[in-house]
Amino acid sequence: MIEFEQVHKAYVVQGQPIPALQKTDLQIRRGEIFGLIGHSGAGKSTLLRLINRLEEPCGGRIMIDGTDVTALDAAGLRDFRRKIGMIFQHFNLLASKTVANNVAMPMKLAGEQSNAAIAQRVAELLARVGLSEHADKYPAQLSGGQKQRVGIARALATGPDILLCDEATSALDPQTTAQVLQLLAEINRELGLTIVLITHEMDVIRRVCDRVGVMDGGVIVELGDVADVFLHPQHETTRRFVQESDEDTLGSDEDWQQVQGSIVRLTFLGESTYAPVLGRIARETGIDYSILAGRIGRIKDQPCGQLTVALSGSAEQAVAAREQLQSAGVTLEVLRA
Amino acid sequence: MSNIDWYEIWLATLDTLLMMGGSLLFTVLLGLPLGVLLFLLGPRQLFAHRGAYAVLSLVVNVLRSLPFIILLIVMIPFTVLITGTSLGVAGAIPPLVVGATPFFARLVETALREVDRGIIEATQSMGANTRQIIWNAVLPEARPGIIAAVTVTAITLVSYTAMAGVVGAGGLGDLAIRFGYQRFQTDVMVVTVVLLLVLVQILQMLGDRLVVHFSRK
Repeated sequence: MIEFEQVHKAYVVQGQPIPALQKTDLQIRRGEIFGLIGHSGAGKSTLLRLINRLEEPCGGRIMIDGTDVTALDAAGLRDFRRKIGMIFQHFNLLASKTVANNVAMPMKLAGEQSNAAIAQRVAELLARVGLSEHADKYPAQLSGGQKQRVGIARALATGPDILLCDEATSALDPQTTAQVLQLLAEINRELGLTIVLITHEMDVIRRVCDRVGVMDGGVIVELGDVADVFLHPQHETTRRFVQESDEDTLGSDEDWQQVQGSIVRLTFLGESTYAPVLGRIARETGIDYSILAGRIGRIKDQPCGQLTVALSGSAEQAVAAREQLQSAGVTLEVLRA
Repeated sequence: MSNIDWYEIWLATLDTLLMMGGSLLFTVLLGLPLGVLLFLLGPRQLFAHRGAYAVLSLVVNVLRSLPFIILLIVMIPFTVLITGTSLGVAGAIPPLVVGATPFFARLVETALREVDRGIIEATQSMGANTRQIIWNAVLPEARPGIIAAVTVTAITLVSYTAMAGVVGAGGLGDLAIRFGYQRFQTDVMVVTVVLLLVLVQILQMLGDRLVVHFSRK
């Protein structure tokens, strides 16, 4: 578990302190994939780097599995960093070393003497990320996705408990992004690794994260399970991120001026997403509905859907329909009465 | 009209190669650590220290701004102290090293700064100490730049050796001045200049080849 207690950070630029992270309390659970989303300058990169103290906090305490990271001396910090892997937007592989030697590097730095042990571990790691046949190539000969896989293998070399991902997919195309995210989810599942990732893409959060924090101006403005935050965003910044990823699939009031009846937004999560709820309720209550906008998708492994629907019928029918929807596990928001 | 004494030219070539090779060796041995130190103390680097960097930087600049011919003379007592003589090839090497080391150190500093900060950050995140960061990440990554710096320094040393005749060190440049210029033996001048040109050309080609080999790009 990673715990931030009143941690804050400011940079001094030309004598002026520029706050990067306001006093923050945060708990990241063991074994979860925790995402931080925010625009550049929101403080997410600072927060991530505070975890392995690539950035020094100006105050507060960071506890990781009972160790006060902020109190470690230089040697203690170096030992501690071996338990935290990190991958980067621009991969940061050594161009002068082969793939195998890049992956071996953390072990050599940790003082592992046995070449046989290193070679065996490197082979294992490269097999896990699917790059066994590229062991003797140099990074320049690999594609972006392959480079990030090398980065992941390298980050796992010392068997860390935590993996920090700094915009790890931002330099990749959508298809490669999906593959890398899948690999991260796999590692999280199979090794029980806690993953903390930062991104500016809601889609990355939606695909792999369990919980998400939304950052703006050095503050975590919204925090919660991805499904909650994604389907019911509260803060303005969150709404904008969700909208960006939805690209207008939810429609807007102006489009519906001609539409009769009340307009509601229905949110399905889990099993109810694929159940024939709407048809059944329409038959049973006699209400009429028309779908105005919607999307059905997944949040991590969970199916979910959001439909904007116009309901027309008598008042009693409407009340009955709402009750039935709610009892079927559908969340209902009235957009226009 | 042949004034050319090929044996003399052979000896001079040997002297030039000895001075260049010997001083290059010591220049690299001294300049590489100095360059690393400049890099580490520089702004926003691992041991960033404004005062220490300013002092070191000043010393380097002063040494670099001294004309080599002056250095050669000023250093005579010091040279005698180290080599026991101020004459010949041995007498030329200390001033050559002192003249070239600050130059090489600057080139090394620049080459090290070219290494992506992300590489340093990644190495830090693996739990490396500063020595490991320099030794296992920064120096290997800067290797093409450092080889280029060695090449440029070697060529600069060849041109410095031309002045080493002042302390009787001999060499091709000395031959060109004493025979080609002062005795109007144009053919000697042409031969020595061509030999120097060939030497510089070989050094540059060798350096370029090594840079390409180690670039991995």
